[in-house]
Amino acid sequence: MAGAAPAFLSGDGLTKSYGAVKALSATDFRWARGEVIGLIGHNGAGKSTLINVLTGTVERSGGTLTLDGMPLSRWNAVAAQKAGLRCVFQELSLCPNLTAAENTRVLHRSLQGWGWHARATAAIRSALDTVFPGHGIPLDIAVAELPIGQRQMIEIARAFSETDMPVRGVILDEPTSSLGPEATRQLLDHVERAAQAGIACVLITHRLNEVLAVADRVVVMKDGAVASDFVNEGLTRSALLASMGTVEPAKRVQGALTSRGAELVRHDGKDAEDAVISLHAGEILGFAGLDGHGQRERLRTIFDTSVAKGAAIAFVAGDRVVEGVFPLWSIRENLIHRSLKQLSKAGFLSGGQGDALARIWFDKLGVRAPGIHVPLVSLSGGNQQKVLFARALASDAAVIILDDPMRGVDVGTKQEVYALIRAEAERGRAFIWYSTEIEELENCDRVLVFREGRAVTLLEGTEIEHNTIIDASFGTGKGAIHA
Amino acid sequence: MLDRVRFRRALPVLLPSVALGVMLIAIFSIQPSAMSYFGFTLLFKMAPPLILAALAQMLIILQGEIDLSNGAFVGLVTCIAAIFLKDDVALAFVILLAVMAAYVALGWLIHFRQLPSIIVSLGASFIWLGTAILFLPAPGGEIPDWLRTATAWKPPLLPLPIWIALIIAIVAHLVLMRSSFGVMLRAAGGNPRAVQKAGWSIAWLRVVVYGAAAVLLVLAGLMLAGLITSGDPNVAPSYTLLGIGAVILGGGAFIGGQVSPVGTVIGALTLSLAGSFLSFLQVPATWQIGAQGVILFLVLAGRVLVDDRRRA
Repeated sequence: MAGAAPAFLSGDGLTKSYGAVKALSATDFRWARGEVIGLIGHNGAGKSTLINVLTGTVERSGGTLTLDGMPLSRWNAVAAQKAGLRCVFQELSLCPNLTAAENTRVLHRSLQGWGWHARATAAIRSALDTVFPGHGIPLDIAVAELPIGQRQMIEIARAFSETDMPVRGVILDEPTSSLGPEATRQLLDHVERAAQAGIACVLITHRLNEVLAVADRVVVMKDGAVASDFVNEGLTRSALLASMGTVEPAKRVQGALTSRGAELVRHDGKDAEDAVISLHAGEILGFAGLDGHGQRERLRTIFDTSVAKGAAIAFVAGDRVVEGVFPLWSIRENLIHRSLKQLSKAGFLSGGQGDALARIWFDKLGVRAPGIHVPLVSLSGGNQQKVLFARALASDAAVIILDDPMRGVDVGTKQEVYALIRAEAERGRAFIWYSTEIEELENCDRVLVFREGRAVTLLEGTEIEHNTIIDASFGTGKGAIHA
Repeated sequence: MLDRVRFRRALPVLLPSVALGVMLIAIFSIQPSAMSYFGFTLLFKMAPPLILAALAQMLIILQGEIDLSNGAFVGLVTCIAAIFLKDDVALAFVILLAVMAAYVALGWLIHFRQLPSIIVSLGASFIWLGTAILFLPAPGGEIPDWLRTATAWKPPLLPLPIWIALIIAIVAHLVLMRSSFGVMLRAAGGNPRAVQKAGWSIAWLRVVVYGAAAVLLVLAGLMLAGLITSGDPNVAPSYTLLGIGAVILGGGAFIGGQVSPVGTVIGALTLSLAGSFLSFLQVPATWQIGAQGVILFLVLAGRVLVDDRRRA
């Protein structure tokens, strides 16, 4: 389709500078009607800046934009909307206090006057039914009351919803980071359907398989510019990783642990069908299953009971904005916050030791920032997440709970963190790791698959594999547990 | 599960209603004759201006901000009314429009310079008070008869304060919770960046909010001037905190985006009844102010318990 279809939106020599920092340098971007583009690159490669310039939410410092072959002079969020451009931003941009219907109204100016609510409900319902058939999301309660996966589904459906404004191009920035496998498949299917109907899409994601599945073209960004531009024919994961400057790591040799350390956590299930969790030193236990099937609740009760017993346990939050970071505190303060007891004498904090501890882990995780004293909020999402990891790893915790911590983190960072987790496990720490990304679970020694609020299936060694996990999530695979 | 969510959403309105009911039942059991048109009129006589001021505060809290100048502004309006309204209605309205414009300008400044509203409005409260004292150094002035008569009007079926509370609650609910524009005001409080990305001007929405709050405060001031039949710079400092109390009591939260107009109206009724309630219990006048604080404390403690339940 590339090349043949008429142009929708394109940019020539786009630049964006913040002071001395060039976030985007002389980048060309072509986007044809009905074309699906996969946009990939490491965190901080300039993807978000490019998108913000294209959607008019950030004013470009230089370069030209062309819509349907006509050069654009004034370009802002309203003009972009009128042109049929929609965007699902990486950080959820719904209003948490409003319902799905009311959030739809925020996007569509025409939803006003008598009966606006009924029209808004109809618009979002039909979009949800089209993109995510069988979603079962209630439309009349505030989205803050819904699980994060459903919120993301609403936001995606809202981008595809139609009133009197046409939908011509949809930009999806990490749309699947909170979606389960089923919803992800539905979304990718819909992107293909939409493309056939002439709706162009840009898909920004760290999950390369998704890009390879649906994209017509794959654009790789590096250091604020387009590094390569591939037509998606015979393209492979390793080729993409190589162009991003990452080498695909060799698969870890899996096998059940031969010797186990001391038992650090023992946690009974709520009934006979709910597996007992026993975690030993040096072990990585994965939690799998469809999102929202009781994994988070179990993580939380394990954490709470361990804390009550006085065990050394740390928690790395996935929903970092809500339960992880202190945005205005510095990296150092965020990082040492779990270790204050060890760092203080007679109730006073030792500044030097704090700096030293922060610096060690700052370097170890390779946090990209000017120093440990900058406020956390100035870091990119992936780097903030690294600091949260560092907080747990720097502490004295023997058990570390990971609540889907890799959401929206780029491939390179992920590989670094996986290696670190492995290394820490070998030094005797134990991890419980909930993940919505199935590939990630292959880093675990054992995986418990959750269904309907209970840990029902245990997978070990070579059983930890994409299809077995999916089967167990839906209860179609091996049923019995043998722990 | 959904029914539970909906029930939890109804709780904030339920709580002040229960507190209001308990106080009314106590009053009626001590003094059955209070359960009459006349009794209600007396009990809630001073409630309408507080309701209006509380709604103005609610609009500001909806934006995640706070207005500490609320009460002083109402006091200023009573002074302007007491001096100018009788002789020259047009002049009075020009002056009122000018102070409203000043109020909106401060709101815009808070948004534009990203200033902390708690500081700006604290400063503003002294400006309003100082201006009021310039107009009217001591309580006094004269209120036109039409305003006095209007606030003492005895409408059919229900006493005036009850009518006012009902109408205000319904209108505020329809505008804020049901209309498509109300959605935008709530959206701007819930996630301003998302609203901006959808192509709306937050500055414009903030100006509308402060403008609406200014209108409500002017109405509150005029009504209060009619009730006390004079102007007084220091008549309403308690409105600031009682208004905040009413908003929180009625299910609002300081994080922005989360308020309930009906809850706020009932909350304001509850707080304005606390005074009469204590008189009926024959609490000595010297103890009443402190005791009012205790009532406020108890009711807000109930709110905290309800919140814990909501989160559980």
